[in-house]
Amino acid sequence: MSNVPSDRKYTKSHEWLKLEADGTATVGITDYAQNSLGDITFVQLPKTGAVLKAGEVFGVVESVKAASDLYLPVGGTVLAVNAELDRAPETANRSPFDDGWLAKIKVANPAEAGALLSAGDYARLTG
Amino acid sequence: MGNLKHTTLRDFHVAHGARLVDFAGWEMPVQYRSILEEHKAVRRAAGLFDVSHMGEVDVLGAGAAAFLNHVVTNDVDRLFPGRVLYSPMCYPHGGVVDDLLIYMRAPEVYFLCINAGNIDQDLAWLREQAAAFAVTVTDRSADYALLAVQGPRAAAIVQSLTDAKLELVKYYHFTEGEVAGVRCLLSRTGYTGEDGFELYHAAGEAPRLAEALLAAGAPHGLELAGLGARDSLRLEAGYPLYGHEITAEVSPIAAGLGWTVKFDKHGDFIGRAALAAEKSGGSARKIVFFKTGDRRIVRAGAAVLGPAGEVGTVVSGTLSPVLNEAIGSALVATGAAALPLAVEIRGASINLQLVKPPFVSLKKL
Repeated sequence: MSNVPSDRKYTKSHEWLKLEADGTATVGITDYAQNSLGDITFVQLPKTGAVLKAGEVFGVVESVKAASDLYLPVGGTVLAVNAELDRAPETANRSPFDDGWLAKIKVANPAEAGALLSAGDYARLTG
Repeated sequence: MGNLKHTTLRDFHVAHGARLVDFAGWEMPVQYRSILEEHKAVRRAAGLFDVSHMGEVDVLGAGAAAFLNHVVTNDVDRLFPGRVLYSPMCYPHGGVVDDLLIYMRAPEVYFLCINAGNIDQDLAWLREQAAAFAVTVTDRSADYALLAVQGPRAAAIVQSLTDAKLELVKYYHFTEGEVAGVRCLLSRTGYTGEDGFELYHAAGEAPRLAEALLAAGAPHGLELAGLGARDSLRLEAGYPLYGHEITAEVSPIAAGLGWTVKFDKHGDFIGRAALAAEKSGGSARKIVFFKTGDRRIVRAGAAVLGPAGEVGTVVSGTLSPVLNEAIGSALVATGAAALPLAVEIRGASINLQLVKPPFVSLKKL
């Protein structure tokens, strides 16, 4: 059983989104995603300042098995990416919900998050 | 995965947390914990692999040696009881039917280990050629399980479970005896570049032997290792995999395995004329090995680009857990091998640095 924290929203493509009170959000991949991918060997992330729409590809996560596109749960502007993943991509395996976060964004329209899955729905999807 | 074949260790794998995948029609463990960690455990200490999907064949009879010498490219006359030989087996045009290990157990008694994905085609091919020889070819694949213990601690681990004197069994030699009370053919061979043993035994005994090896190996740092680590280990060592570096269209000469084609051996062999012509005239394409200095994996099927366009295709690629960079092999036009080569990954051009394998320093076996 994979871990699904209740303090964030999820996509069917296995990203999570954690909204903060200040209109920013953190994005990552789920425990289910990292477990399905296996050993993560490379993470490609967008440049800071990039403006992306909801559902747009914002990067690639690569494992020994395959390379998978990353889809942004809501539209926004990239404020920061996790530089630690350059040096230690396996951090996304070890700590997908915390140390292995992928990007922080300024959310364009917080209402878009309403279309995402709740933790309960995501747990049922991957259970 | 209802239609897949499975080994007698399937429950053992599930109990130990394996992720099972379809490999050549077999439900096999690709990994237990982590491909990268299992790989490193084999280089550092030891790994235990279930490779029972491999095929086994008995070749018996007064004509066995002459028959085998006719169908394989290496020289079977170099064998003596207790000696193992690696050889490709070729079509008349020089392409490869399969690569295999040949064990000489006694005069007129030989035993083959063949690739799981090729069992049916190999048996059909062998039986077709056998008609002209006093020999019987018998599929024993369902009778045998095969466990490989690989790594610098492998010999000590196996020795702790057997009375056989393993220090007398050199690389590419074998003996027969009991390991943990299970009758085995103990072969000092492997597919990782490390020292180790491959233990052929009755299929029903595999769970008992696997548990004994796991328990005896734990204090030495032995870990269960899946087919994912097996593939990255063999590629790091520069060993060919059928369907990748050698195929029905890529000969041993093109694959850099010229040392396994013995033109001076006694008697004719299948593929000889084509292989001799390729050796003297040069191969149109050849296998090269490369590293990139980058962690992005260069995957099989990627186009290899020279200064003037496409010159070949990547046939194997992974991340070397030891070098921490992408490594692989490619089939390229022979003339292009001296040119700057690159691949494109998601729009980025990545240069290939050609390397003579092994990629990592391995103990001389």
